[in-house]
Amino acid sequence: MQGRPKLFTSYAADAAIFPTRTQKVLVGLGVLILFLMPFDIPFISGPVPRAFPDDWAIIGGRYTILGQIPILNEGIPLIRFLGDGNWLRPMTEVFIIATAALGLNILAGVGGQVSLGHAFFMGVGASTAAVLGGQSSEKLWGLGLPVWIWLPGAGIAAALVGILVSPTAVKLRGLYLGIVTLGLVFIGIHLSRVFPQISGDTEAGRRYPEFDIRLWKEETPLINVSSDDTVTGILGLNTFEVTDRQKTYFFCLIVLIFMAFLAKNLIRSRTGRALQAIRDRDIAAEVMGVNEVKYKMIAFAISSFYAGVAGALFASFVGKIAGNQFNLFLSVEFIAILLIGGAGTVSGTLLGTFFVIILPELVEKGTEWLAEQESGITGAIADFVLTEGPGDFGPVSTANVAPGWALNVFDWNIVIYGVLIVVFLIFEPLGLFGIWIKIRNYWKGWPFTY
Amino acid sequence: MADHLLEVDDITLRFGGVTAIDSVGFHVNDGELFSIIGPNGAGKTSIFNTLSQVYRPQEGDIRWKGQSIMGQRPDKVAELGIARTFQNIELFANMTVVDNLLTGRHVRMKNSWLAGAFWFGPAKKEEMENRLKVEDIIDFLEIEQYRKSPVALLPYGIQKRVELGRALAMDPVLLLLDEPVAGMNQEETEDMARFILDIRRELGIAMIMVEHDMGLVMDIADRIMVLDFGQKIAEGLPEDIQKNPDVIAAYLGGELTG
Repeated sequence: MQGRPKLFTSYAADAAIFPTRTQKVLVGLGVLILFLMPFDIPFISGPVPRAFPDDWAIIGGRYTILGQIPILNEGIPLIRFLGDGNWLRPMTEVFIIATAALGLNILAGVGGQVSLGHAFFMGVGASTAAVLGGQSSEKLWGLGLPVWIWLPGAGIAAALVGILVSPTAVKLRGLYLGIVTLGLVFIGIHLSRVFPQISGDTEAGRRYPEFDIRLWKEETPLINVSSDDTVTGILGLNTFEVTDRQKTYFFCLIVLIFMAFLAKNLIRSRTGRALQAIRDRDIAAEVMGVNEVKYKMIAFAISSFYAGVAGALFASFVGKIAGNQFNLFLSVEFIAILLIGGAGTVSGTLLGTFFVIILPELVEKGTEWLAEQESGITGAIADFVLTEGPGDFGPVSTANVAPGWALNVFDWNIVIYGVLIVVFLIFEPLGLFGIWIKIRNYWKGWPFTY
Repeated sequence: MADHLLEVDDITLRFGGVTAIDSVGFHVNDGELFSIIGPNGAGKTSIFNTLSQVYRPQEGDIRWKGQSIMGQRPDKVAELGIARTFQNIELFANMTVVDNLLTGRHVRMKNSWLAGAFWFGPAKKEEMENRLKVEDIIDFLEIEQYRKSPVALLPYGIQKRVELGRALAMDPVLLLLDEPVAGMNQEETEDMARFILDIRRELGIAMIMVEHDMGLVMDIADRIMVLDFGQKIAEGLPEDIQKNPDVIAAYLGGELTG
C-alpha cells in the first residue's frame, strides 16, 4: 500500500482540518514542541557545559546533548528549548502578530479586500482593553474589569468599528480600498492624541491590563499570569518555577491556537467559500446568490475582531505602549506577512509571521554572536563580515549609529525585509506555503518528475 | 397570465445612447427548452443580464411565477431558482471543482459565519449533506477525476462542464445557458448536448439557451426567439424559424420584410 494516494471513505474525513496522517503528525509535533519550548528539558537544553564532565550522568539534567557538539557549545543563537530565555518574548510576539495576521488573511487573503488599516483596528482593540481592563486614575479612564471581559470586548469593539467602515469599503476595490484604509491608520493616531484619557501620555503611553485571570475584580487572581510562581509538579514530587514570561507565552499560544481553529473552520465552510467567490469573480458570486455587501461586511468585522484581540494582547504583552505605535509600518508588516507566508491559507499566515518576526531577531543575535568570535574560522568570518572599528570593511556594523557604507543590524533588517517582499512577489507568489507545496509534490511523485 | 414560469414584458435596456434591448417580450413555460439566437451584438447576453438583474432595464416588466422581480438584487433572484452559466467562463478560478459546486449550493445552505467558525454540530452536518448533493452532480456530469483540481488548471471543455454543474448545484427551476458549446470541438459539443437533454428529461428544469451553433439549437430547442440589433424579429418552432425570411436576411444579409 505504500505510496498509494490516500483514499477517503467519508466526506467528513475529506473535509477534515488535517486530512492526511502526515499533516496530523506534523501539526501535533509542532504544537507539542511549542508547548515544551518554555521549559528546560534535560539533555536538550540547560546550561551549556564547557567541558565534558566525568559525572555528567549523575547531574544529568543540567547538561545538554546539543552542548556536546563543539560549535553549539559556543552558544550559537538557535531556537531551541528555551527555558526562560531571551527567545521567549519574540516567540510570544509571533503568536500575537499571527493572531492579527489571521484576521487580515480572512479579509485580504480569502476575501480579496486588501486593507492597510489593520494596525488601526489593533489600536482600537488596545484602547478598548485599556478602558475596560485598565486601572482608572485622574488622567486615565479605566474600569478594571477582568480579562475574560476585556479581551473579547476588545475584539467586539474593533469588529463594530470594522462594520462602520465596511460600507465605504464595499464600494471600492483594489488599490482604492488600500488608500481609504490607509487613512484609518492616521485617524487612529490622531484620535490617540485627542484622547489621552484612553491611550495615555503621547510619548510613553499608559499601563495596559495584565493577563491575570479573575472572576471579577477581587484582589488575588484565580490564575496568576503576571508574576513568577512555584508550581508543584506531578504527584507533588517536585516543584518548579514558572515565570510570568512563560505564562504569558502559554496564554498567547492558547489564544492563537483557538483563533487559528476558528479561522480554518471559517475558510472551509459556507462563509469562507462565499468570500473566496467574491475574491475570484464578484459579479458571478452575486449571480450565484452570494450577498456581496453582507459578506464584505462580515469579512471586515471578523478581520477587525482578530485585530482587536491581537491589539489587546499586544498592548498587554508590551505593558506600556503609545498610541502612535499602531502605525503604517505595522500595517505594512501584515501585508508582508501575507505575501511571504502565502495569502489565503492559515498555515501560510503562521509561517509568514514566524519568518517576519523571528528573522530580524536571528540577524541581530547572529551578529552579536559573531562579534564575540575572535579566532578560528568563525573569527575569520567575523573579520570579513563585521565592521567593528575604523579600517574594517565588513558590510555589517556593530555600532548603533553607522554612517558610511557599513549598515548596522537594524538597517540591514529593513533591507532584508524589502528584498524578501520583492523576491517573493516575483518568484513565489504563493509564499512559503507555495514552496512547501512544491517540495511536497516533488516527494509525492518521487522518483518521477511529474 | 400567471400560467407561464417566466414572462418578460416589452423590456427596454439602454446604455446612454445605445439601445441594447428594444421592447422585447417573451415567455418560458415549465420544463421548456427555449433558445435565443441572433447575430453578434443582438442583445442576447444583455437579456440574460436583465433576467438575473445585473442590468436593470429602464422599461418593461419581468415576472417570475406571476411576481415581478424588477429591482431585486442578483442574489435574491438566484434564491428564487434562476441559475446561469456565462459566455466567458466565470468560475472561481482559485477554488477546486468541489468548492465551486459547493458555492453553487450557497443559496440552499443556511449555516452562518458563527456556526461555520465552530464547525462541529449543525454546520458540519449541513456541509456533509450538501457535499452529497454536489457529488451527485459531479457524477451526473462525469467530472469525478477533476474533483480536487483548482478549476484554473482544467481544460476549457471541462471548465464549461463545471460551470454547468455550479448552476445545477443551485437546484434551479430555470437555467440560463449562455453559449454552452462555444469554442468546443464536435465531441465536447455532443457531450454537452447530451447533458442538456438529460437535465431536461431527468431533472425537468426549464432552460433558456443562447447559442450560435445552429445545428445544436435546431436539434434540441422546443421554441426559438431570434434577435437582431436588440429587436425581436421572430419567435416560433425550429422548423418555422428555419424558413422565416427575416431570420435568413439577418444571418445572410438582405432587406427585412417586416
